[in-house]
Amino acid sequence: MKIRAVAFNTFKEAIRDRVLYLLLFFAAASLIFSRILALLTVGDKTKIIMDAGLASISLFGVLMAILMGTGLVYKEIDKKTVYTLLSKPINRLQFLLGKFFGLMTTLFIMLGVMSLIFIIILLLHSGQITWKFFVSIAFIYLELGLITSVALLFSCFSTPILSSIFSLSFYLIGHLSWGIETLIKKMKPGVTKFLTQVVYTLLPDLENFNFKTEVVHNLPIPPKIFLFSFFYGIIYTFFILVLSMLVFRRRDFI
Amino acid sequence: MSEAKVLEIKDLHKSFKSGFLGKKIKILKGISLEVKQGEIFGYLGPNGAGKTSTLKCILGLIFPDKGRINIFGFDHLSTKAKQKIGFLPENPYFYDYLTASEFLNFYSQLFQKQKTENIDDLLKLVGIEKSGNTQLRKFSKGMLQRLALAQTLLNDPELVLLDEPLGGLDPIGRKEIRDIILKLKQKGKTVFLSSHILQDIEMICDRVAVLVNGEVINQGRLEDLVSQEILFTEMTVSQINPRELEKFGKTLTQYGNRSLIKIYDPDKVQEILQIIDEKKGKVHSLVPRTQTLEDIFVGMVKQK
Repeated sequence: MKIRAVAFNTFKEAIRDRVLYLLLFFAAASLIFSRILALLTVGDKTKIIMDAGLASISLFGVLMAILMGTGLVYKEIDKKTVYTLLSKPINRLQFLLGKFFGLMTTLFIMLGVMSLIFIIILLLHSGQITWKFFVSIAFIYLELGLITSVALLFSCFSTPILSSIFSLSFYLIGHLSWGIETLIKKMKPGVTKFLTQVVYTLLPDLENFNFKTEVVHNLPIPPKIFLFSFFYGIIYTFFILVLSMLVFRRRDFI
Repeated sequence: MSEAKVLEIKDLHKSFKSGFLGKKIKILKGISLEVKQGEIFGYLGPNGAGKTSTLKCILGLIFPDKGRINIFGFDHLSTKAKQKIGFLPENPYFYDYLTASEFLNFYSQLFQKQKTENIDDLLKLVGIEKSGNTQLRKFSKGMLQRLALAQTLLNDPELVLLDEPLGGLDPIGRKEIRDIILKLKQKGKTVFLSSHILQDIEMICDRVAVLVNGEVINQGRLEDLVSQEILFTEMTVSQINPRELEKFGKTLTQYGNRSLIKIYDPDKVQEILQIIDEKKGKVHSLVPRTQTLEDIFVGMVKQK
C-alpha cells in the first residue's frame, strides 16, 4: 500500500514533467524517420524500419530511464520533501521501491506508446508484424528496469548530472562488454584470462537483452538464451536495488 | 496533567564530518530531556544550536552517534511510534506538481486508512479550503505553511513536532497557528515546539529547554525559570516637570511634553502617583516590567 502510494506519486511527477513529452516527441520523430530512411536505402525496407525503429525505442527508453531516474531520490533530498515523507510511517526500503516501481510504470506506458507508433508505421508499410517484435520490446523493458535501478543507485548519493554520466557509462559499457567475452575465448589459460573473466562477470552485459537481430532477420530464439537473459535481468536489477538500499539505509539528510 | 512520558531523549550525541580531511564537528553533545503528555514543550535556542538536528534525530532523518530516543515507549524509528507523530518542518517544501488535496491524499495513504482525518476538514481547519484543487507551485509561502500544518495533523497525532512553526507568517497567520497549537493542547495532544522566537515560546509553552551549542543548559517550567518579581516600572507622564520625579527614578526620553520615567523601587510608585495628582500632572501609561524569557535566555547564552 505504502509502496503503491509512493509509486503513484512518482508516476504523477513523471507524467507532469515536460522532459518526458519532449523525449516522446523525439522518439516519435525518430520512428517516423526510420520509415523515411527505408525509402532511401537499397534492400529489404521492412528490415531497415525494424532495425532503426527498435534501436530508436531502446535509445529513447534508456534516455527516459536515465534522465528521470537520476533525479528520483536526489530531487526529494534536494527539495527537502523527503523530510516530511520519511517522518510518516514508511521505511526507506518502501520509499526506494516506490520510486523504482513508479518510474517503471511510467516507462511501461512510454514504451507502450512508442511501440504503438512503431506498429502503426510497420503495418502501414508491410501489413504484418511477428510475435518476436513483442519479445524484443519485453527485453528492452527488462533492460530499462536495470538501467532505472542503476540510475536510482547513483541518485542516492550523487547529483543528477554526475548520475546521468555514470548511468550512461554503465549503459555503454554494458553494450560493449561482449568484446571482452570474445577476447577471453582467444586468450591462453592463466592468471590474465582468469582476471579478465572476473572483470567480464562483474561488468554488465546488456547485449543479453538485445534481440533486434533475431526480430529483424526472423531468426529463432533458443529458449535457453531467452531464459538466461530473463533471469540475468531480474537478478542483476535485484542486486543493484539491494546495493541502493545499503547506500540509502543509513544516509543522513543534513 | 498526566505525567506519562511521550518523548524521552537520553544522552544524544551527533557529529558531522566537515571539509576535505573529514574533521568531526559535534552538533549535539549529550542531550537528555523528557516531554510529558498534554504539555507544550518549548525547545529554545539560538540559530545553529542544534534544534533542527535534534528533531531530525527524533524523526530518523539523521542517525545519532550515541543515545536513545523513545516515543510513547517505542523506539523512535518504529512504525508504531511514527503512526502517532506529526511533523512540521521549518520552511516546508512539497511536491509542487500536486494539488493540495492530491498531496494530502498521498500522505494519508502512508497511514492506516481508518486513522486519518478528512482532507476537506483539514483544509478548512488551516484556512485554505478554497485552494484544494490548486497546484502547490501556485501557493504563497503562508499558504504552504498552512498546508504543512495540515499534513502534520493528518493522522490526528498524539505528539506534534513543530520546527519554527510561525516563521514566514503574517501577524494574523501567526495568531491562527498559535490558536491551533493551543487547541491541540486542549484536546490532550503533546506539542514539541522548536523555536528561536522567544515571544512564541513564552506565550504558549508550559515547559522549556534551552539549547546552546548542542547542550541543554537549562530546562523546567516557565514560571520556575522566569521570576515574577517586578524589576522596574516604566511610566509616561505629562504636564509635570520630570525633574520633580528624578529622585525616584531616571528620565529615559522626552518627546513633546511627555516624559518616560523608569522607576526602580516598586514601593515608590504609589508615592509618585500622589505627587503627580497634586501637581495636576497626567499619567499616560504605567507598565511594571517583570523578568522575561528573553532576559533569562540572553543571560544563559552569554554565560555559556
